[in-house]
Amino acid sequence: MKEGMTKKTNWTAMVVLILGLSAIAFPLYMTLIIAFKQPSEMTTSVSGILSLPKTWSLDNFREAMRVTDFWNSFKNSLLITILTVVLSIIIHSLMGYALGRNKSHSKFYSFVYLFIVSGMFVPFAILMMPLAKQTAEMGLSNWFGVILLYVVFYMPMNILLYSGYLVNIPMALEEAAKVDGASTWRTYWKIIFPIMRPMHATVAVLTALSVWNDVMTPLVIMAGSEQNTLPLAQLNFQTQFGTNYNLAFASYLLSLIPILIFYLICQKQILNGVVNGAVK
Amino acid sequence: MKNERKRTFLLITIPILALFVCFNTIPLIRGVIYSFTNFKGFGTYDWVGFRNYIDLFSDARVGKSYLFTFKLAIVTTVVVNVLSLALALALNSKIRAKSFFRGAYFLPNILGALVVGYIFNYFFTYILPAFGSMIGSESLGSSILSNPDSAWIGIMVVCAWQAVAMNTIIYISGLQTVPEDVYEAGGLDGATGWKQFRYLTFPLIIPFFSINMVLCVKNFLMVFDQIMALTKGGPAQSTESISYLIYNNGMSGGQFGFQSANAVIFFLVIVTVSVAQMKFTGKKEEQL
Repeated sequence: MKEGMTKKTNWTAMVVLILGLSAIAFPLYMTLIIAFKQPSEMTTSVSGILSLPKTWSLDNFREAMRVTDFWNSFKNSLLITILTVVLSIIIHSLMGYALGRNKSHSKFYSFVYLFIVSGMFVPFAILMMPLAKQTAEMGLSNWFGVILLYVVFYMPMNILLYSGYLVNIPMALEEAAKVDGASTWRTYWKIIFPIMRPMHATVAVLTALSVWNDVMTPLVIMAGSEQNTLPLAQLNFQTQFGTNYNLAFASYLLSLIPILIFYLICQKQILNGVVNGAVK
Repeated sequence: MKNERKRTFLLITIPILALFVCFNTIPLIRGVIYSFTNFKGFGTYDWVGFRNYIDLFSDARVGKSYLFTFKLAIVTTVVVNVLSLALALALNSKIRAKSFFRGAYFLPNILGALVVGYIFNYFFTYILPAFGSMIGSESLGSSILSNPDSAWIGIMVVCAWQAVAMNTIIYISGLQTVPEDVYEAGGLDGATGWKQFRYLTFPLIIPFFSINMVLCVKNFLMVFDQIMALTKGGPAQSTESISYLIYNNGMSGGQFGFQSANAVIFFLVIVTVSVAQMKFTGKKEEQL
């Protein structure tokens, strides 16, 4: 810490960080090389497992795509994630606005606010069995049902975020628009919704990451629909890979690539979003 | 004018509230109702009163899953917070390539827990034993996941690998709220190194410590994906988390009613733990 004061590079920290990086890199390195190898190249010694593949062929990936019907799962995951994010931004911001603007002076709205926000404490474990029944009865055991459930599950957190952000937006802005004769609905979309953009980014990042990686909801709800999301496909095809770990790892890597690309492009927004979501 | 505003707010609130009640409140109530029946998940069922709840407390498998889940949650929370605090201090000090390191250390958090679990499963099953026999270690010679005494360690490692990323980033944002002159003033009074951390830095980032504790405990108590990918509750049911047991026996094991009772108790446990944590950490912050 003394180095910190004299503004010199803290080399102890650098060494620790570089060593620590291997704990992050090793599993990823392992995934990469096993995904490219052939079963015949796999030996039981450490050096055998971790050596580089002889040839960098894409055959494993082609085969994994075929076995797991990759593009279909990818399409489902993408559709579910995008629709959930769009619906969440629209529905949760509207609800956050209605509750945030009224909960301080109305018993009804402050009750609704507490009622929804306390939904954060409800673990999925207690909802899953009744929901599996209920969605089946309603004909919602499909991707559409899963989206509806996500919109409900992330509502408590997102409403908390939106109505918290709203506190910083002065009422004067809305009142000015009201003088001009604009309706509340119009004022919301013209003025409030665009102002909440930083919060939309946070909500989008948090919701997208959770939805994209979620296994439990599609597992419980879409089990009978013969449709997969990317994580669900890994679970359902696990037995088909058998002992062909190269094929399995090619499939794992394929399922990680989209989110890795997303992270490389939007790293800054993702880090900001996650911090905002947790700290606020 | 005033009425128009009121009407608009009601028109927004009512449908969205209805959606929430339909897919959150009603299933919750139905879950509580099922917990008083002997429902198998199909066919007819009878009311059994509190029998499921009484059975729950004498059921060895349920008891074991609670012990396992709490052990995992507590140990992982401690490990994760120690590691991520150290990492955050390092990442917040004067280093080169700061944004590269921060980006790299956050990476595990964005990956899906199930696939990460599968990758580590292979590591624990093949690579670690191979490494163990290479260095001649008895205990590492076989997979830690196939031993009922050590399988939980594997799950702990995988949970920690991902959670450290999240907690580190929260601690960093906490450390950034500590102004530089606090350290300078502390330095004059001889507060450096551990003393500086113990008496200056840590008290100032306690709010961030509370966030991390609440996040960690809640997430680890609900652990599911990692169990699914690493052990499926085995060996000898030694790693059955509460969520996994409810899923496994409730959805396909014919214990719909019984596991509903388990889920109700689990729900109460989560609420109690979260509220207790908030009360406790809330008090600590006031003292500062």
